Amino acid sequence: MISFLIKGILRDRSKSLIPIVIISIGVTLTVLTTGYVTGALSDIVDQNAKLDTGHLKVMTKPYAENKDQIPNDLALLGLEELITSLQTQFPDVLWTPRIRFGGILDVPDQNGNTKSQGPGMGLAVNLLNPNSGEGTRLNLDKALVRGRIPQNPGEVVLSEFFAQKLEVDLGKELTFFGSSMEGSMVFYKFILIGTVKFGIPAMDKSAFVIDVTDAQRVLDMQDGSGELLGYLPFEIYDDAKASEIATTFNAQYDKSDDEYAPVMLTLKQQNNLGSTLDYSQTVVSLFIFIFVFAMSIVLWNTGLIGGLRRYKEFGIRLALGESKRKVYRLLLAEASIIGIIGSLIGTSIGLAGTYYLQIVGIDISKYIENSTIIMPSVIRARVTSNLFFIGFIPGLLSMLFGTMLSGRGIFKRDTARLFNELEV
Amino acid sequence: MNSISRIVLLFIFGSSLTLQGQSTSITADEILKKVDANMIADTQIVSSEMIVYGKRKSRTIKSKGYSRGSDKHFTEYLSPEREKGTKMLKLEDRLWIYSPATDRIIQLSGHLLRQSVMGSDLSYEDMMEERKLTDIYTASTLSIEELDNRQTYKMELLAKVEDVSYYKRILWIDTARFVPLKEELYAKSGKLLKKTSLSEVKQIQGRWYPTKINYKDMLKDGQGTDFIVNEIIFNPAIADRLFLKSTLKN
Repeated sequence: MISFLIKGILRDRSKSLIPIVIISIGVTLTVLTTGYVTGALSDIVDQNAKLDTGHLKVMTKPYAENKDQIPNDLALLGLEELITSLQTQFPDVLWTPRIRFGGILDVPDQNGNTKSQGPGMGLAVNLLNPNSGEGTRLNLDKALVRGRIPQNPGEVVLSEFFAQKLEVDLGKELTFFGSSMEGSMVFYKFILIGTVKFGIPAMDKSAFVIDVTDAQRVLDMQDGSGELLGYLPFEIYDDAKASEIATTFNAQYDKSDDEYAPVMLTLKQQNNLGSTLDYSQTVVSLFIFIFVFAMSIVLWNTGLIGGLRRYKEFGIRLALGESKRKVYRLLLAEASIIGIIGSLIGTSIGLAGTYYLQIVGIDISKYIENSTIIMPSVIRARVTSNLFFIGFIPGLLSMLFGTMLSGRGIFKRDTARLFNELEV
Repeated sequence: MNSISRIVLLFIFGSSLTLQGQSTSITADEILKKVDANMIADTQIVSSEMIVYGKRKSRTIKSKGYSRGSDKHFTEYLSPEREKGTKMLKLEDRLWIYSPATDRIIQLSGHLLRQSVMGSDLSYEDMMEERKLTDIYTASTLSIEELDNRQTYKMELLAKVEDVSYYKRILWIDTARFVPLKEELYAKSGKLLKKTSLSEVKQIQGRWYPTKINYKDMLKDGQGTDFIVNEIIFNPAIADRLFLKSTLKN
């Protein structure tokens, strides 16, 4: 029966062409949008996790409350002991300290006077310990424009843009001028060893990276760190697991009197990422619903026109003794096949488009030049397994709904008047 | 009208006349000039300590500052050890800082001067501001108020030049000593940026001078920064070489 229906669809294109085209367009858009939103979200979450939030982040309570101000005077102290305790308690998680700080980078001329200077955004990560994986995590190797990553104390990597702005070459000296953890005036000489392009406008403007031990020395933060980031196995974020770890950890300090007791936050609890993710998921679902609804109306209309055109055909079939229910059922089966064909075409085109956007991406750097949110400058779509079936939801449903509505006319046919209508 | 009512009425009328008399007998500009005469000198040498109240611990930074006019200022930090030997030189709108640890002189200018000095509630601009109030503000007297048992003129100062750190200031000035006792500093937007409380007013070389000032940056948490004047000498002779950039490294 199915092959009979397929033959009918293929041979009488007038009853299938328009619905297939409509479904294909709708499914293509659904797949593309879902792929793009998924890709953009994954990139944003991934960038945030790697650069800022980790999968888990430990801070002191007052630091967490004011973390936008980067209050290093409220940093975690007794870091080594804390890491040892965390490693024992949660051995699967990799813990690595991060210090964010601000200050002025000053480039001297040959006489030691200021040649150029600018406010910089410092990020101190564990670069000298190869087991930390921080260089790879921050993509520093691939982002390198000139030189190399710091391998010795006193070396600094600048964003390429910042280095050009300061007119400083590799191997030259830079003086960091800022405040220690306690607010003392700090001067420290670094050697520029490499430049990188982070691909994040907020960082490309004025960021520099040093090793965390250098930062601890410069900022008087011995055995301290502003933040301690945790990464789950294989660097894949699992919200349920992260929440469980955070709850267990925080329970230990619930009744602590220590004003500077540590607190652990999951990725979703930071930078509004939780609400962003939930909101985006809602947007995708709404998008699919709108497509189903809009396409159903269009296909209902198409079905009505088709029904009128096939009025005589249905009449003959009913006159020959086919039950109304069977005609309706076959009509729905036919609609399902058209829906599947349209969904297959739409999914194929949508996947191709998504793959293209995954490779090429869309450059949004112009629009986020002044953004302080961690966002990639190129948003890429992502081909994920759900894209292979997500288009079938609007594709099939819209065709079925449309046909169900328009096909109701079959039941209104009066068998007694059929021959009259058919002019037999 | 009975006699008691007459007395009360006379008292009220008399008081208002006295208040009016006080506020109109001296103009806002004259008040400001008297304040400048107390606070500003052609040259001065100040030995001071700055207590920065941190969240975990407090720090005391001792320094000695030399100034000439409104555009020459030199400060040498004496303690603690980390700050010892650090020197600052301000000439007009430029500031140089010398760090003995790196043997470097770093120049600061523009918006960088608005940064906090050593984690305190003072900016470099606050530290180096020596201009007379009459030169940069237009004043008006708002009212007469009592503050810490002292009669004060409450005054509003609006900037009449562009290059000021604070567009508006509200000052409470001691009516007898012509020393500010309290100050609120506002941005052009009307946002309150800082508050200062001036106390321990002493007579030094014939001037009244507040020897303790608490600065409170309203954009920061905490109890602010105390600036305590241990010794101040007005109009001493100061060698020219102190205001040379080349002196910073010596």
